[in-house]
Amino acid sequence: MSQVLALPTRKSEDWRYADLAALERLWPLPEAESVVVPAGGHFARAIVQAADGVTRLSLALGKGASAAVHVLNAGGGYGRVEIEATLHEGADFTLGAVQLGGGSDTLEVVATVNHVEPGATSRQLVRSVLAGQATGTCLGRIAVARHAVGTDAEQSVRAMLLDRTATANARPELEIFADDVKCAHGCAVGELDAMGLFYLQSRGLTPPEAKKLMLQAFVAEAFGGAEDEERLQALALERLGELV
Amino acid sequence: MLQITDLHAEVAGKPILKGLSLTVNAGEVHAIMGPNGAGKSTLGYTLGGRPGYAVTGGSVTFLGQDLLALEPHERAAAGLFLGFQYPVEIPGVSNVQFLREALNAQRKQRGQEPLSGGEFLKLAKEKAALLRLDMDMLKRPVNVGFSGGEKKRAEMVQMGILDPAFAVLDETDSGLDIDALRICGEGINAIMRQPGKAVLLITHYQRLLDYVKPDFVHVLAGGRIVRTGGPELALELEEHGYEAVAA
Repeated sequence: MSQVLALPTRKSEDWRYADLAALERLWPLPEAESVVVPAGGHFARAIVQAADGVTRLSLALGKGASAAVHVLNAGGGYGRVEIEATLHEGADFTLGAVQLGGGSDTLEVVATVNHVEPGATSRQLVRSVLAGQATGTCLGRIAVARHAVGTDAEQSVRAMLLDRTATANARPELEIFADDVKCAHGCAVGELDAMGLFYLQSRGLTPPEAKKLMLQAFVAEAFGGAEDEERLQALALERLGELV
Repeated sequence: MLQITDLHAEVAGKPILKGLSLTVNAGEVHAIMGPNGAGKSTLGYTLGGRPGYAVTGGSVTFLGQDLLALEPHERAAAGLFLGFQYPVEIPGVSNVQFLREALNAQRKQRGQEPLSGGEFLKLAKEKAALLRLDMDMLKRPVNVGFSGGEKKRAEMVQMGILDPAFAVLDETDSGLDIDALRICGEGINAIMRQPGKAVLLITHYQRLLDYVKPDFVHVLAGGRIVRTGGPELALELEEHGYEAVAA
């Protein structure tokens, strides 16, 4: 993760959607926490960010190591979570992130996955629910080095807008220098299905209960396999209750 | 129980129901038949309160309340159930979770205590068995990957669990094979042929009425009820077609 020396401007692609006023208050940014996962080792981390702040984590995964990072970026102003993972031979990395914003929250997940050696696998799953004037951004980068054959990388970014005034940005970036790799990415921005909501309400759920049930299902996928999945789900559910 | 008086409704600015009147008393089964585009589904959705179905005139009284003043979830809690012609798929939400939340939401609105997980599962198993739907299906996401027949049977399981006073069943018979038709018909009888309950069956065909015998058959055409009769009217329609009978 590169050192950010000067306060960024909108001209910088990586900071284009940031809340620059909040960033100025938070300046200077903390150094990224750097974690080396030794060969064959496993690392798990849950990051819950519910107030102004920038969290930066940089992982290096040794041969055959695995890491799972789960993020709940739950609003409360400007929240940015930067994750960088560098994967050596046969390493496996999972990122599951949920952003839940309302009011004038600006939420960002910035993920960079570097496949530097052969046979590593990675999955990124980012789900955002945005209400009010909130902005949710996902910048997801997958870089595959020239000799990193057999790479299997996947990225899925989806956002649900609860109000027409909310904004979702998704910028997937794939930089592939090797042959014989699998890199899949998809992104979608949508609204809750009106017919589905009516169906749930026709069975007795109030409009907020119906929305909450559909959104709970929407974000649940991102926390699948997390060590403290239940706690993350409960926190997300609480926040969803405030947004609907 | 249900009194519809001179109901006018439109969809996207287009008038569909044009002065429909109908009274259904407790203990009765009414069938509404009619050609495509007559307004049958619009009647169902208007009674259920689907957004976009605008009532422009008339009134609907349900168990002494102004039904049209209620939100869809309030109509459900008041005892109305709408069986969908095309049950909606809700990915990621299991039937069991959805139905328990729905039932308890209704109970809460009625000032009743919620059912516990154990009590709910017992009820769900009983109703699934009635419709011969595997309990494993109820653990899967709502209607996702269900066949047409499974969706309709799942609708009837929902009806059994929610135990409404009045059911509007919109083409519950469409997409059913012969066995599933009989199972659904028997399910409707078991759940709804009870004192104090009533059913409005919306259908194209006579075949469901072989299992669920109606007390009254109405022909809906051009947004109004143009003819009312007993069960024999359905047979007459089957033989001669809507055009001859409704003319």
